[in-house]
Amino acid sequence: MTANDTKYTVVDNRWIGTNTMMMILEGATERFSAPGQFINIAVPGFTLRRPISVCDIEGDYITIVYDVVGHGTEALSEMEAGRKLDILPALGNGFDMSKCGERPVLLGGGVGCPPIYSLAKNLLSIDVLPTVVLGFNTDERMIMIEQFENLDIPFYVATVDGSYGTQGFVTDVIAREALNPDYFYACGPLPMLRALCTQLDIPGQVSLEARMACGFGVCMCCSLETRRGPKRICKDGPVFDKEDLIWK
Amino acid sequence: MEVKETEISAGCLRDLSVELAGVTLKNPVIPASGCFGYGYGMSEYYDIDVLGSISFKGTTLHPRFGNPLPRVAECTEGLINSVGLQNPGIDAVIAEELPRMRERFHGPIIANISGFSVDEYRECCRRITGESQVAIIELNVSCPNVHGGGMSFGTCPASVAEVVKAVKEVSDLPLFVKLSPNVTDIVEIARSAEDAGADGLCLINTLLGMRIDLKTRRPVVANVMGGFSGRAVFPVALRMVWQVSHACSIPVIGCGGVSTAEDVIEMMMAGARAVEVGTANLIDPWACPRIIEALPEAMEKYNIPSLRSLAVDK
Repeated sequence: MTANDTKYTVVDNRWIGTNTMMMILEGATERFSAPGQFINIAVPGFTLRRPISVCDIEGDYITIVYDVVGHGTEALSEMEAGRKLDILPALGNGFDMSKCGERPVLLGGGVGCPPIYSLAKNLLSIDVLPTVVLGFNTDERMIMIEQFENLDIPFYVATVDGSYGTQGFVTDVIAREALNPDYFYACGPLPMLRALCTQLDIPGQVSLEARMACGFGVCMCCSLETRRGPKRICKDGPVFDKEDLIWK
Repeated sequence: MEVKETEISAGCLRDLSVELAGVTLKNPVIPASGCFGYGYGMSEYYDIDVLGSISFKGTTLHPRFGNPLPRVAECTEGLINSVGLQNPGIDAVIAEELPRMRERFHGPIIANISGFSVDEYRECCRRITGESQVAIIELNVSCPNVHGGGMSFGTCPASVAEVVKAVKEVSDLPLFVKLSPNVTDIVEIARSAEDAGADGLCLINTLLGMRIDLKTRRPVVANVMGGFSGRAVFPVALRMVWQVSHACSIPVIGCGGVSTAEDVIEMMMAGARAVEVGTANLIDPWACPRIIEALPEAMEKYNIPSLRSLAVDK
């Protein structure tokens, strides 16, 4: 990667939920190798880049979806079309689709849903039919429902308060709908990932997140103790095999 | 990015080479320990052979996982880290990391060594001495002394002297002591290191700082406090480099907030013979080659024929 590979232009940036925005960026996409990778965006006025996972790639366009949670993402939310951004693309190791089994279930929680969209599309492109289950706290926080419906695959939604779909968690949907998957992929809040890894009796992969400084493996701020020794979430992950994770 | 040693498009040639205790660097730019791993990972971004040297990730005798997460907090023009010296231990560094580093980097390597007792520093330095390309040992004395009540070695002149003497017994490599700025009088510590036989000094390490998350009302980093670094600390670092350079006769590596070629020149005008670039690498992976590339033009602008000509007259 050279310093010239970091130039991207905002094409669109709009609200898609009460607290969530979708940004489309134009720039080089050829370095991306798997769904689940992330980009690290330099936000003018802030020291640290903002790591955000990729939701979709089409040609020269990258779609990201992010929650506006602090000053950095607030600044990002104000970026208008035409704005140039300095972005480190294609960071980390994404989901390994070669392990997907015959009946993979893809589970997304909250703002963990976007990379699941990319994974579902990529699995479809290699003729694997995934089932997708998304979980949200409440219907007001739901995002990307229409995009997932348009994939025309088995698709379920759970809300913790029961305001939409199945009342409960994504794990409740798996049980109630008797999905019987043989592999799982997940991205979402840690309690959801913990529940999946400890309750589902099938192999799988989960995408983790952590506060990062560099995002490319040198600062050691996002280290994780795994069964294969210390790993960096940014560089060795963010996607890890369930078997390698230690839940304390 | 292609960076040629002393040439820029305008064609002006400048001598960027510097010398540190008998070790010649082709330019003064050294990625600082903890901001560059063991170097080879950065080859994804550029040819790391353009660098003057590399100070590798702080290494201890035994493997360490380090502190719990979160380990980083953002600050204005800087950041706080509390990684806690995560490293695979000196034997794994010698067996696995150094060979990979040497595949990509062929210049002099600075071994940054940490310890929690005098014996640990001594043993670690003994093991790294003799490894090819390892040209300088840089002692991180900011760690707590477990046999000295937990106080950092670097805050006590006698402790610094004790560590320096112990390491000099087992290693003939030039020994640089990386000083903590979290002291009342950095000159006193610097003089103590020099008197004990140190061949050079590197300063500053990070400033102790903290941030609180207003939403949770809890410290941002799990370890509560951490080391503050980045552009914001440059004036503090520069002031200490000036004080120490004028009080000691051994060479000084300036470190702290350096992000541009002009910062390098300013540090060298304050008395540094070379500079370490830390936090800038984490924000811009090309920070070091950009600085090296910009140096000749900046030298021309400020009428500096060679970087060595900036050496403080002592």
